[in-house]
Amino acid sequence: MSAAYATGLPAVIRGEEAYQAARRQKRIQALLGCAVLFACLLAAAWVSEAYPATLWAGLPRIGEYFVRITPDLRWATLFAGSETEGSIAFWMYRLPEWSLLILETANMAAVATLMGSAVALLLAFPAARNITPSPLAFHLARRTLEAMRTIPEIVYALIFVWAFGIGPLAGILAIALHSAGANGKLFAEAIENADLKAWEGVQSAGGSWMHGCRYAVLPQVLPNIISYLLLRFEVNIRSASVIGFVGAGGVGEELYKVISFNYYEEISAIVVLVIITVSMVDLLSERLRHAAIGRLEGTR
Amino acid sequence: MLEIEGLTRRFGAKTAVDAVSLSVPAGQMVGVIGRSGAGKSTMLRMLNRLTDPTEGRIVFDGTDVTALRGRALRDWRMRCAMVFQQFNLVQRLDVLTNVLVGRLNRRPMLSSLLRMFTAEERAMALAALDRFDLAETALQRADTLSGGQQQRVAIARALLQEPSIILADEPIASLDPRNSRIVMEALRGVNREGITVLVNLHDLATARDYCDRIVALNAGRLVFDGPPDDLTAIRIREIYGVSEEEFAAQAAEAVGATPRLAAAVA
Repeated sequence: MSAAYATGLPAVIRGEEAYQAARRQKRIQALLGCAVLFACLLAAAWVSEAYPATLWAGLPRIGEYFVRITPDLRWATLFAGSETEGSIAFWMYRLPEWSLLILETANMAAVATLMGSAVALLLAFPAARNITPSPLAFHLARRTLEAMRTIPEIVYALIFVWAFGIGPLAGILAIALHSAGANGKLFAEAIENADLKAWEGVQSAGGSWMHGCRYAVLPQVLPNIISYLLLRFEVNIRSASVIGFVGAGGVGEELYKVISFNYYEEISAIVVLVIITVSMVDLLSERLRHAAIGRLEGTR
Repeated sequence: MLEIEGLTRRFGAKTAVDAVSLSVPAGQMVGVIGRSGAGKSTMLRMLNRLTDPTEGRIVFDGTDVTALRGRALRDWRMRCAMVFQQFNLVQRLDVLTNVLVGRLNRRPMLSSLLRMFTAEERAMALAALDRFDLAETALQRADTLSGGQQQRVAIARALLQEPSIILADEPIASLDPRNSRIVMEALRGVNREGITVLVNLHDLATARDYCDRIVALNAGRLVFDGPPDDLTAIRIREIYGVSEEEFAAQAAEAVGATPRLAAAVA
C-alpha cells in the first residue's frame, strides 16, 4: 500500500484503498465458499460411503478386469484368418454382426439427437431469462426441460419398451427425450449470453417476439447450438450403446450378454469398436462444425 | 530510431502494403493517412508483428524485429504498444485489471495467472488512470464505460507497458469530436514525454493539428512523407486525384466515422 501513498496523489490512494477493501471482501467470500464446499464434499462422501479405503482396496481389481478382457493377440499370427488363435480376425470373429449393430446404434443416436434438439430449440427461447415472453412461460419451459433431463434414459427406455415393444424405437424416444432436456438448458443459456442490441433493433422495427428469436437471436447463437448438437451426438452414441441393456435396440443387448456371460475378449472387441465409432464421429463432427460455421460467416 | 525497409504484405493476389520504406527518429509523432484499403492498418499491425510481413525488414535501434520469435517477440510487442479503433479491452474484467494487462509480460507466469500484481504496479496503474481522470472507475467493469473512457483506459494500458513506441490504429474513428480531442491530446501528451507515436488517422485536419510529420499511403504505396504544412490541398489532389473534402468523406466512410471536414462544410 505504501507505493500508492508514495505517489501522493489522492485519487491513487483512494483507488488503492478501494481495491484493498474489495479484495478483502472477495477473500472472505472465497474462504467461506471453500469451507462450505469442503464440508459438503465430506458429507457427500460419508453418506455415499465413498471411503478412501474402499477405493484403495478396489483399485487393483479394476486393473485385473482390464487384464482379463485384453485380447490374446500374437505377433506371428496377427493377420491370420479367423480360425487361428491370436489373430485380430479371431478376436473380432463376429465383426459383421457387431458392425451392423453399431451402425444401428449410431443411427439411433443421430435420429434421437435431431429429434431431441428440435424440441430443445423450441423450448430454449421461452426458457431464456433475457427474452422470455412471460415469467409463466419461463418457468413452464424450464421445468419441462428439467423433467425431461432428470429422469434417466434407462427409465424412459423401460417405459417405452413396455409401450412399443423391444426394438430401437423405444431407445430412440428415450434418448431424444433426455437430449431435449439437456440441450434445451444449454441452448437457453447460450441465448442468455447473446447481445440484445440486435433484439432491440428488430423490436423497434415492429417485429414480433418470434421475429426477434428468428432474426436477432438465432443467427448469433447458431454456432454455439451446432457445437452443442454435435457434442450431444457423441454423448448419445454412448447412451445408445448401453440402452440396449433393457431391450431398447442397438449394440447394448449384445454387450450386456457378453458382460454377464464373462466373454472377456468379446467385451474388449465391442468396446474397441464403439471407441472407433465415437472417434470417427468426432472427426466427422469437427469437419461438419467448421463447414457449418464457415458457411454462416460467409452468408453474414 | 525505427527503420522500415521495403516492407511488403500480400494477401493472396492483393498487395496490402507495397515496398514501404520509412525511418522514424525517436520521439516523433507521425500521422499515417490514406483511404480505405490503403494499407495503414496492415502497416501498423506489421510493426507490432500481429501480421507478418511478406517481404522487407523492420529494424529498431539496430535490432531486426522481423526475425524475432517467442520471448524476444513478446518483449518487442511490449515495447511497441498498440491502441486499437475498437479499444480491445476485456469487457468483463475491471478497469484496473485491464490496465495491468500492460504489465503481464514482466510478471512471472504463475502469479500473473492468479491476477497477482505488486503494490507498485497497482499504484502505477491507478496513477495512469488518474492522469486521464478515470481513477474512480478502477473497480468497475470495462463495459460500463463510454467509448471515450474505454479508449483512455486502452492508452493507460499502453503506458503500463513502458513502451518506446505507441502504435495507434484509428484511435478516434469510433469516438465523438469531444472524446476524439481528449484522446488525441492524451497521445500528444504521451509523445511529449519522449514516446514515439505512429497514429493512423482518417481525418486530415486531425493529422495536421497533432502530428510532426505526415505519411500518406495509397494502394499500399508511400505517396507522401513530410511536415503537415507541405500537405496542401493541391498536393492532396495531386496524390489522390480528389479534393480534400472528398478525401475526408471517403476516408471517414471506410472506418465508419463522421467526416469532420464534410460535417463542418454542411
